[in-house]
Formats: sequence, structure tokens, C-alpha cells
Amino acid sequence: MADHILVMKNITKEFPGVKALDNVNLEVERGEIHALVGENGAGKSTLMNVLSGTYPYGTYTGDIIYNGETCQFKTLKDSEKVGIVIIHQELALIPELSIGENMFLGNERLGRFGIDWDRTYHEAEEHMQQVGLKDSAQTLIKDIGTGKQQLVEIAKALAKNVKLLILDEPTSSLNEEDAKMLLDLLLEFKKSGLTSIIISHKLNEIAYVADKITVIRDGATIETIDNSSREVDEDRIIQGMVGRSMDDRYPEREHLVSDEIGMEVRDWNVFHPIYTDKKVVDNISFNVHKGEIVGFSGLQGAGRTELAMSIFGKAYGTGITGHLFIDGKEVRLHNEHEAIMAGLAYVTEDRKGNGLVLDKSIAMNTTMARLDKVCDRGIIDTNKENQVAEEYKEKLRTKTPSIHQNVGNLSGGNQQKVLLAKWMFADSEVLILDEPTRGIDVGAKYEIYCIMNDLVAQGKSVIMISSEMPELLGMCDRIYVMNEGRMVAEMPASEATQEKIMAAILKSDKA
Amino acid sequence: MKVTAFIKKYTMVIALVVVFIIFSVLTDGRLLYPQNLSNLLLQNAYVLVLSCGMLLCILTGGNVDLSIGSTVCLAGAIGAQLLSQTGIPAVIVILICIASGVLIGIWQGFWIGYVHIPPFICTLSGMFLFRGLARVVLDSKTVSIKNNTFLNIFASYIQIPGLDTVKEEGGGFFYNMLNGLRNWLLPLIGQDPEQKLFISAAIAGVLVAIALVVLTIVNRVKKSRKGYRQDSFITEFGRIIIIAVLIVLYSWKLANYKGIPVMMLWVLAVVLIYAFITSRTAFGRYFYAVGGNEKATKLSGINTQKVYFMAYASMSTLAAVSAMLVAARVGSVNGDTGTSFEMDAIGSCFIGGASAYGGSGTVPGVMVGAILLGVINQGMSIIGLDNNWQYVVKGAVLLTAVIFDVVSNHKTGKA
Repeated sequence: MADHILVMKNITKEFPGVKALDNVNLEVERGEIHALVGENGAGKSTLMNVLSGTYPYGTYTGDIIYNGETCQFKTLKDSEKVGIVIIHQELALIPELSIGENMFLGNERLGRFGIDWDRTYHEAEEHMQQVGLKDSAQTLIKDIGTGKQQLVEIAKALAKNVKLLILDEPTSSLNEEDAKMLLDLLLEFKKSGLTSIIISHKLNEIAYVADKITVIRDGATIETIDNSSREVDEDRIIQGMVGRSMDDRYPEREHLVSDEIGMEVRDWNVFHPIYTDKKVVDNISFNVHKGEIVGFSGLQGAGRTELAMSIFGKAYGTGITGHLFIDGKEVRLHNEHEAIMAGLAYVTEDRKGNGLVLDKSIAMNTTMARLDKVCDRGIIDTNKENQVAEEYKEKLRTKTPSIHQNVGNLSGGNQQKVLLAKWMFADSEVLILDEPTRGIDVGAKYEIYCIMNDLVAQGKSVIMISSEMPELLGMCDRIYVMNEGRMVAEMPASEATQEKIMAAILKSDKA
Repeated sequence: MKVTAFIKKYTMVIALVVVFIIFSVLTDGRLLYPQNLSNLLLQNAYVLVLSCGMLLCILTGGNVDLSIGSTVCLAGAIGAQLLSQTGIPAVIVILICIASGVLIGIWQGFWIGYVHIPPFICTLSGMFLFRGLARVVLDSKTVSIKNNTFLNIFASYIQIPGLDTVKEEGGGFFYNMLNGLRNWLLPLIGQDPEQKLFISAAIAGVLVAIALVVLTIVNRVKKSRKGYRQDSFITEFGRIIIIAVLIVLYSWKLANYKGIPVMMLWVLAVVLIYAFITSRTAFGRYFYAVGGNEKATKLSGINTQKVYFMAYASMSTLAAVSAMLVAARVGSVNGDTGTSFEMDAIGSCFIGGASAYGGSGTVPGVMVGAILLGVINQGMSIIGLDNNWQYVVKGAVLLTAVIFDVVSNHKTGKA
């Protein structure tokens, strides 16, 4: 019989009005990497929160059998005591503290007189080596990138003597290179006997790393696919997730690129807002036609977001120089308001942090960028506002009981739709979409792609920044490749491949 | 509406009713005397005005303005000195005082909005700065105000000759007409025309109540014609009828004391303007947006610096307005005028349901909070409770209110 480190039996968890989990069963063998997949809101995170004690024993029904014993975790501490550690999608690190301090937060290494700092940093660096981090343990978290921060989280788990590691979307904010490194690290740990459960939307990663794949849909377990021979393909997983096979992941589109140029940027330079002698965007020129989707590829930190935001009314950076043409006319934009009025939209990659007011309604968020359109002499016409919100809710098929629902209560995909609605309502002619499908499920991704196709069909220009190369290849007419603030390649999507893009990046690194 | 949802929505209103009943009983009904009910409003006029402005500051992200007590003192000091030392007409003096408030607001708004000085520190410095300046202006003395025009503008009562007051011998045409109305109306409602009764207050109250009900009906008709969603008939009319009845009852009490205080009109003007701004205008919406997510608001093309600037500029302006009210009511200004007014305003906002993290809170809610504090103050004074214990009670109420708010939201909302 298989040696199960964890068995979750008939787990049912109800929230007021919703059954989030309905008799879910999960069996994890010792020393395997077990993937949990499902659309957003399917109940993956809820299940893991039940396991880790975030939802204490008694608020759910069913049994958790860990190492052959039935467990009743009341708090996170209880589950950590037996070696279950969960790393959440949003990293729980404190930017102003050092790596070492973060690693032993709530678990401090004490000496006779308070905290033993020498021991803290020594042990921290030991664990950091295990995950391949070479920085000093005294480096502040805010000074290292997201990729390294993710590694710090894992090192932190190791410091807690982890037996079963749960990773919730560990690679969602990483570029492909860092993501690959992280996954290889997991495979490495597997050899030394660590069991992991990984939640992810990135199916290629799951196919690469997981031994077993459990599919959850609508709060119930659908199936567990054996992937020990690494033969399961993505379509097979998607079929389980959406309950039907999905032949085409990118919607069909007639490529009707106009000769007219929607926006053109020439000789664009941007410097870092704090380290003002650091050049973040280096002499970049590009254009996007009307009716065209242009992709921006590159690694994390290539300067794509910085470029986009600096164009959008100098929302980022200092010492910005260069020329910007919209619809053939040169414009100078001094703030975000002027950018919006000139027909630009920047749809942020960080929809919760920079995009939406989470504890306000869908209606309010939809009209936020152009409130003047539903105003009469400064007075808001609430009825008109509601009409607008309804209209976009229908158009984008946002799943919500009402437009008065707070945006924070929606799933990631629906939040993204509200964000898109906001910019569509702003009458933008040129839309810069920064990672528009990050952290949202396959079904919602498809709908976002459809919306993009609609936009270009209306003759608008779309710039799509994405770290997922397949989606750039699937959606764009043309692809620009950036690396370290410079433009290193431009190619028609029809000729582009993942290898070509990576080659362009790597070649520029050497130069 | 379910009972729990109802309680959650109207927590503070229910608390206000309960507290009011408790104090009515404890004072053997003295709280309900016309004089006390009239004073309840006058004594808290400054809190009602100040908390409107404070709400805007708090909306931007739980930021407060600590300097307003001192600003009240400085604006009041300038006014009192100008009135007693020079012959400048009262109306001009009032304008100068308001202008001084605007200037102080621009000063603080500039540092907070455009230079990003933390509001707490900037207004803390203002608290010392303006208090000191005020004492310099006052030359450390108590300056009393004897200008009748000034006092009439803020602290008199509306008493219409003929309708409210009866002269020994007959007056002009209007007097006789109004007097005729009085002689016809009072017996009609079972009152003696010879008694002291400022009937104009009651008439105004009834007219406002009728107007409110009519407006609600018109609004409903408009909405249903366009097919918009609306509250159920019972909820909406239940609410409006309770409000109308309260207005009529209160105006009856005023009629039995000295009539409508002019100060009430000033307070009403400020409250209505701020209620309108926060609930209906784009300008007001920006305060909620900034408090909810400042970065997202900025990226939506909204000038967030200006939002901060306006919050503090309006706050100091209202401080000057309330300085006039306080100076006129007390009749003098000294170096301690306005002490801890900021705490009353902040307390009212939080009791009235404004979020300590910014982004939520309404003017009606804050008014309920201010009146709740006022009722407790007044009730304790009538009972004759020791001043020190009054502080203890106020502190306990503030904490209880916020605890209740946090806990009830936690249980019903998302964790």
C-alpha cells in the first residue's frame, strides 16, 4: 500500500450562502509533488487553508489524516508544529526587515539576552544556501527581486523544519527563468524526501513538475491524474478543469491591421525615480498601428512596465526624454489626466495594488477614470453611472450578482474585467495591457483575449505586455523584445517562436 | 430587510435612541425641556460643523487634523480683536475671519498635499503654531464681543413680529396680517394666542416635513417611470415618515422656547453642502477613491495631491466658521477657546462609522455620531455628573462604538 503523508477525507466547508468545498478528497503520497489545479474560485486555496488551520477545526467537516494521525488544527501554528508550511500567493514578507529577520519572524533564535543575531544570520544563510540564494542574510527584503523573495519564503519554510510544503501560485509573479529555477529547486528537494503540494494556473509548469495532478471544479474533486511518467499534456488537464475539451486556447481573429499608426514612440529615455543616474529605459522607439496587437516580451525587470508607465503621463520615472506621437500628432503629457484625455490607457499588472479600489463597488470603479462622463456640472448622475456599469457588465460578461458588489469580492478574472471596463469606458484609443491574464484561470483568459480582439476590431491599438510567451505568440500581430531597458528585437508574430525570443534576449546579454 | 441587517445598518441610530431614552429617564424628563433641546443643538453646533470637514480628512486615509482647535482660537481671536478695537463693520470682520481660515487651510494643505508632509505632524505643528499666534493676537487676555450685528448674525433667534411676538399697539399691514394668522392658527391647534409661543418655528418644521415627503414621492415616481431599482415602499416611507415626525416634534420644542436659532441655519447650511458634496459630486467621490486606493486613483488620472490639499483647506475654513459660532455664543474669546475641539470632531466621525483606514463614512452617519456625543454631554451635565467622570464616560462610549463597528463588520463581512 502506498505511504500517504496526507489524506483529506470528505472535506466540506461552507461560507454564508456558498458551499466552497463539497466532500473533497485528497491523497498525497510521501515524497511526491502533487499539483492542485482548477479554475479560480474552484476551492483550491480554501482547501489549503483548511489544511493549514487558517480555517480552524470545527468550521469545516471531514477528516485530515497526517502521518496516519487525525489532526485538529486550530491555528496556523498547530500545523506548522507538525511540519506543514503554506506559502501564499501574496508573499508574507516585511520589506523593511532583513532576510534573516523575516526568516525567523515569530520563530526568533533567542540567546540569553534577547535575540541572538549572530545565530539568526548564520542559520539564515545556511537555509539560503539550500535554496541557492547567495545574498547576505542582512539584505533588506525590499532590495531583492520577487524571484529571490519567493526563494526566501521557501528558505523560511525550511527553517521551520518543513515536511509538507504547500505553494499557492508560486510562479505567478515570476518570469520564465526564475520560475524554471524554482521548479527545479522543488524537484531537487523532492529527491531529499520533501513532499510538496503546488497550486498553479501554469499548466506547462505542472506538467513539468508534478507527479500527480488533482483537478478541483466547483468545490469538488473531479479526478486525480497520474503524471509520474510526465506524459500528461496541457489539453488533458484543461479538459478536467473546464469539464470540456478546449481545442483552441486563443480565439480566432481576422488580422486587419490598418496602415495608420495609432501611437509612435521615438528615442524614449527614462531614469529611475530614486537612483536618478540609473537608466531604466534606454533609447527606445516603437509603434503600434490601429487595429494591431503588439506584444512586449522580455524578462522580469526588462523595463517594459517602466516604459509603459512613463509614456502614460510620466506615471513613472524622472528625466524622461523622447517624442510621443498619437494619431500622427506629437503630444507632451505631463500627468495621467492628460494621458487619458489624449486617448491612452494603462491597464496595470497589479490590479489589486494599482488598479482597483477593492472596497468600492463595480459601478464606482468602472467610471473612475472618466467620472466627468457621467457628471453634469460636477454632480454625479447615479442613474447614468449604474447604466454604464450594467452595460459593461453585460458586454464583458462579468460574473457578479450586482454592479453594487464590492470589487474585492470578485474573482481575479472578473476583477480584471472590471479593470478593462474602466479603461474601455475611458474611450481610450491606445490601450497598454500589462500582464492582463496574470493569475486568472483558463476560461477567464479566453474571455480577456476575446475582449482584446473586439478592441482591435474597432480600430483601436493594443499593446500587450506579457511574461507568458505562448500567449504573446497566440495573440499578437507583432512582437517587440526588450532586455535591460533596451529594445533588442522586433519580429512579426508569424515568424516568432519562443526560441527566437529567448535567443534575442540571451544574445543581447552578452553584447 | 432582515433584522440583523437592519441592526447593522442603523447601529448608531439605535444607539442614539437608546442613549436618548436612558438620559430622558435619568433626568426625569428634563432633557426633553424645550430649553435643553434647543441648547443641545447650540452647544454642539461647532462639533457638527467641524466633523463635516474632519470627515473629508479622515476619508483620505484615516488622516486627522489636530490643529482645528487652535485654528478656531486664532480665527476667533482675530474676529474679537477687530470688533473690539476697530470700527470695521461686522460683516467685513466675518469675511476677514473666514479668509484667515482659508489661508491657514492653504498653508496646511500645501505642505500635506504637495510636499507630502505627514498630516499628523503637519497639523500637530499647526496646533502649537496657531494657538501661540492666537494668544499673541489676544495679548493673553479675554476679549469680549459686544457688537450686536455680529451677535445677531450668529446667536439670535428668528422671531417674526406679529406671528411670534405681540406688540402692545398695532403695527403695519404685514404685522396685522401675521397677527391675524397667529390668532387664527393657535386656537386651531388648541393653544392660547395670548401665551408665549414662537409659532414660526413649528410652521417651518411642518413645511420642511411636508416637502421631504413630497420629494420622496416625486423621486419614486421618477424612478419607477424610468424602471430603476428602488427600495421597498415600506422601508423608504417608514424612514421618511420617522424623520418628518422628528422634525415636527423638534420644531414644536423650538417654538416653545425662543424659536428657530439662527445658528441652526448656519449648521444646516454646512451639513447640507457637505452631504451633497460627499454623496453626489465627482469632487466628493475622489475623497473616497483616494482613501480606498491612492495609487489606483492616481493612475485613473485624478489629481490626488489636490484631493489632500482640498481636504485640509476645507477643514480650516470650517474651523473659522465654527470660530464665529463659538465666539458669538460664548460672547468672548480667550487663549483657551477651542481647546480639544479636534478631539470632539474626530470622535464624532469615528462613532459615526467613518473608517479609521479611510475610504468610508458618510455625513449623515457623522452627524448621528456628533449628536450622540452631544446627548451624552448634555445628559450628564443636567444630571450634574462630576466633570471628570464625564471624560471617563465619553472615552468608554468612543471605544464601545468602534469595537461594535469592527466586530459587527467582521462577523457579517468577509474575514
